Amino acid sequence: MAGLAVTIRVGEADFDVGVETSTILKHSNGIGGLASFVGVMRDHNEGRQVQGMLLEHYPAMTEKALAAIVEEACGRWSLAAVTVIHRVGLLKPGEQIVLVLTAAAHRSEAFAACEFIMDYLKTRAPFWKKEITEHGEHWVDARSTDDKAAERWR
Amino acid sequence: MIKVLFFAKLREGFGQGEYGVEAAGAPLTIAALRERILGEQPAWREALCAANVIVALNQEVANLDTAVAEGDEVAFYPPVTGG
Repeated sequence: MAGLAVTIRVGEADFDVGVETSTILKHSNGIGGLASFVGVMRDHNEGRQVQGMLLEHYPAMTEKALAAIVEEACGRWSLAAVTVIHRVGLLKPGEQIVLVLTAAAHRSEAFAACEFIMDYLKTRAPFWKKEITEHGEHWVDARSTDDKAAERWR
Repeated sequence: MIKVLFFAKLREGFGQGEYGVEAAGAPLTIAALRERILGEQPAWREALCAANVIVALNQEVANLDTAVAEGDEVAFYPPVTGG
């Protein structure tokens, strides 16, 4: 895939969508549009007030899993650039968790690939969230809605 | 030695995220590896054998029939909740 620029980062550092967008536009050609999704930590989940969240991950596997998801997206749609950034560690409500940025010649590819990557990330990438509330800490359960979202791409 | 990793709720329940298992013996499946672990840690059976536990071999999703060998890395983990 000539000219395809893929960036995948997993770590504690926060990210800036503007910076990542500028980076893509500076280094890639043939881009007609970019689509982005930013996942943010909610302060509320299943009726509980959440104070913080611990994001655990399988270090050796996360980049590998994300790369496989991105590769599949690039096989399905004609993309010029993809950036996926996922934070780990301790996060507070309102903080950014994940960024998926896709660039293509036309918007339909960029939009579809962005949604696809998020749906697959939610069901395949080895990250686990632990919520911290005033009543204690507990692991978040996987959602069947996420599985259904991933299913529709088959 | 086969390196076994546990994550999230499993890791917390077992009190450790890493476990070593001798690879001795004929081709070992992940199911057989699991039994070897449970032979040493019988209290882990319910959690480790739960239907929703995912297994990975060398950082790729596998299943209980997958064969493992000396030097491999196996992981057991709950359904993922990233993003």
